[in-house]
Amino acid sequence: MSKIKVVHYINQFFAGIGGEEFADHKPEIRDGAVGPGMALTGAFGDKAEIIKTVVCGDSYFNENLADAKKAIIDMVRSANPDIFIAGPAFNAGRYGVACGTICEAVKQELNIPVITGMFVENPGAEMFRDKLYIIATKDSAAGMRDAVPAVAALAIKLVNKEPVGASIEEGYLPNNTRVNFFEKERGSKRAVDMLLKKMAGKPFVTEYPMPDFDRVEPNHAVKDIKSATIAIVTSGGIVPKGNPDRIESSSASKYGEYDITGVNDLTDATYETAHGGYDPVYANADADRVLPVDVMRDFEREGIIGKLHNKFYTTVGNGTSTKSSKQFATEYAQKLKNDNVQAVILTST
Amino acid sequence: MKLEVGYIQIRDIQTADKSSVKDGILYVNTKELEALALEDEHLKAVCFDVARPGESIRITPVKDVIEPRAKVEGPGDVFPGVITKLNTVGSGKTHVLQGAAVVTVGKIVGFQEGIVDMAGIGAEYTPFSATYNLVVDFTPKDGLTAHEYEAAIRKAGLKIAYALGKLGVNVTPDEVKTYEYPSIMEAIKKYPGLPRVGYVQMLQSQGLLHDTYVYGVDMKQSLTTMLSPTEIMDGAILSGNCVSACDKNTTYHHQNNPVIEDLFEEHGKTLNFCAMIITNENVYLADKERSSDWTAKLVDYLDLDGVIISQEGFGNPDTDLIMNCKKIEETDTHTVIITDEYAGRDGTSQSLADADPKADALVTAGNANQVITLPKLDRVIGTLDYTEKIAGGYAGSLEKDGSITVEIQAITGSTNELGFSRLSAR
Repeated sequence: MSKIKVVHYINQFFAGIGGEEFADHKPEIRDGAVGPGMALTGAFGDKAEIIKTVVCGDSYFNENLADAKKAIIDMVRSANPDIFIAGPAFNAGRYGVACGTICEAVKQELNIPVITGMFVENPGAEMFRDKLYIIATKDSAAGMRDAVPAVAALAIKLVNKEPVGASIEEGYLPNNTRVNFFEKERGSKRAVDMLLKKMAGKPFVTEYPMPDFDRVEPNHAVKDIKSATIAIVTSGGIVPKGNPDRIESSSASKYGEYDITGVNDLTDATYETAHGGYDPVYANADADRVLPVDVMRDFEREGIIGKLHNKFYTTVGNGTSTKSSKQFATEYAQKLKNDNVQAVILTST
Repeated sequence: MKLEVGYIQIRDIQTADKSSVKDGILYVNTKELEALALEDEHLKAVCFDVARPGESIRITPVKDVIEPRAKVEGPGDVFPGVITKLNTVGSGKTHVLQGAAVVTVGKIVGFQEGIVDMAGIGAEYTPFSATYNLVVDFTPKDGLTAHEYEAAIRKAGLKIAYALGKLGVNVTPDEVKTYEYPSIMEAIKKYPGLPRVGYVQMLQSQGLLHDTYVYGVDMKQSLTTMLSPTEIMDGAILSGNCVSACDKNTTYHHQNNPVIEDLFEEHGKTLNFCAMIITNENVYLADKERSSDWTAKLVDYLDLDGVIISQEGFGNPDTDLIMNCKKIEETDTHTVIITDEYAGRDGTSQSLADADPKADALVTAGNANQVITLPKLDRVIGTLDYTEKIAGGYAGSLEKDGSITVEIQAITGSTNELGFSRLSAR
């Protein structure tokens, strides 16, 4: 098998040109490995080789973004590599941003895998961690020895299209994409160990940092309910009998839209629940318990509301990710708006 | 309380004319067990099968898994208040047929039962691929309600496991472990320098196929309470649920609760395990508020330094988990929570349905939405009829070649939140 071809990007400092006073160095391309590329070459063994190294000054890159990007992409394109690696940048801020920016550009323009490496507090880490694999490094070049094997191993995996493990296994910065893997210890043991550390005031690492939870403020009250069109929407899985769109009992991949023109009551002969997360017996016996069409028709007749919208939207909340839920709601909220619905009653289970 | 648990290693299950345990082999007379199961007027037929580790067998839809145990000495017997007379268990001696399990299957009650593969990649995700399983496939009588059917199967499975457990009463165990759980005052005197640690176990209690029974009481009707962890080893807590089978505790999980085992392992060395609290996960907001108030109140009252909180289930109970965590942290008690994630098939969604900055120490049992393809196996015990309907399946899950593509939430015990397995996520 032929060796994987790598193009490596480094700044003027790591190329041995000089420090800050040489940060205006324009992009150039050299044959083979330069500076930290030597260590990478060692880690690649006979699997990959650095065919070209691109060198660019940090100030030049950041102050001449468009020109720098174009010049570097042209250089990389001409080398036709299998993968592009930048840095690692450790805690050097402008170098980190340059590594992230050029990796993203190469990925988009040339459609090849890219990797960089940074310290978690490098500003480039926050900007690019969700877009690229960034190997976590120490805050200075003293961390080169640890960073290089992780960069090399992940590079080979990406080129060979092997499955990429969890961040903690591969050494990349957590990127808001959760990946399963088998730990060495079972969960209960890890919990006991974590509690001992927490009680002793020692550092510990949570396995899932709390997200910023998206809480929704209730809307203003409907001014004129007597003439309003009201829709009902549910995550309780009420569907026409037989579940025609085959909405999943858990982790729904879709929502249903069903017409209820002329329907005054949901019965066990006409509707049921597709939801697998609660006792379905009572919802199947009378689906109005979850999707109150009968009461809404009463309200309509008694003039308490203007009218019940002739379509309802439904999905299964059970095990459905918040991201999918948000996507469904964005779609049907627009449909409801287009249909001039003034208010929605959302029922859960 | 002091409980001596004798583990008898089981290396095979074979059918025989006479039921017995001999040289690590569990021999079963299935005719006798059939008669025992059919004592229940709700059941029409029952058939038995053995599934061994490594055999090319898929078992589905799985409802419960039970470890055969019976008491040798001490008050009461296993599964008190349900299968045996009500008595306080958790002391004396108990024998366990370790490595054996009773697995109950039958047509689905809702959408909710799981898959156990004995071989292939699926086997890595369930602990029950490593046990010798006596699989019991039930057929209910016609016209039963879902609730009657669920209760009949649940009880029949426990009866069978108890009957098998009794076969080990006169067998010399291969290993004996002693668990001591003194009164809280004694415990504090015994280990004055060690942090006092409790375990808050949340029990699923949302209705049909979501229930848990404690000494026969449906947990949704109970306030938060306390018991000895040794009582749990004797079957004081029983599973009545397998909805999204990945993160529901089977009876086997309760009998072998790993948080209890690992806390006992450190007991007297680095910590003082002196409180076991159980609480429910009801669907009404008032119930959630009340139960979490009580959990925090008990933790505060006991003056604990730290607790582990394990969840059962996901979504709706995430609210109970966060309420428990937050309120307990507010009593100046450290918490670690064990949960699993629903981060979507691509892993990019927020993982929990509720969150709070106080939940800063979390152990995850993995993303249950992860998709897996389970290869065709030679034999199916139970039926594949429901594969596309069970939680984790979808239209198209069952391929023509017999392979199945599902989310791992369909696999029994794959993301268990007692931390029973090693699966995790980052």
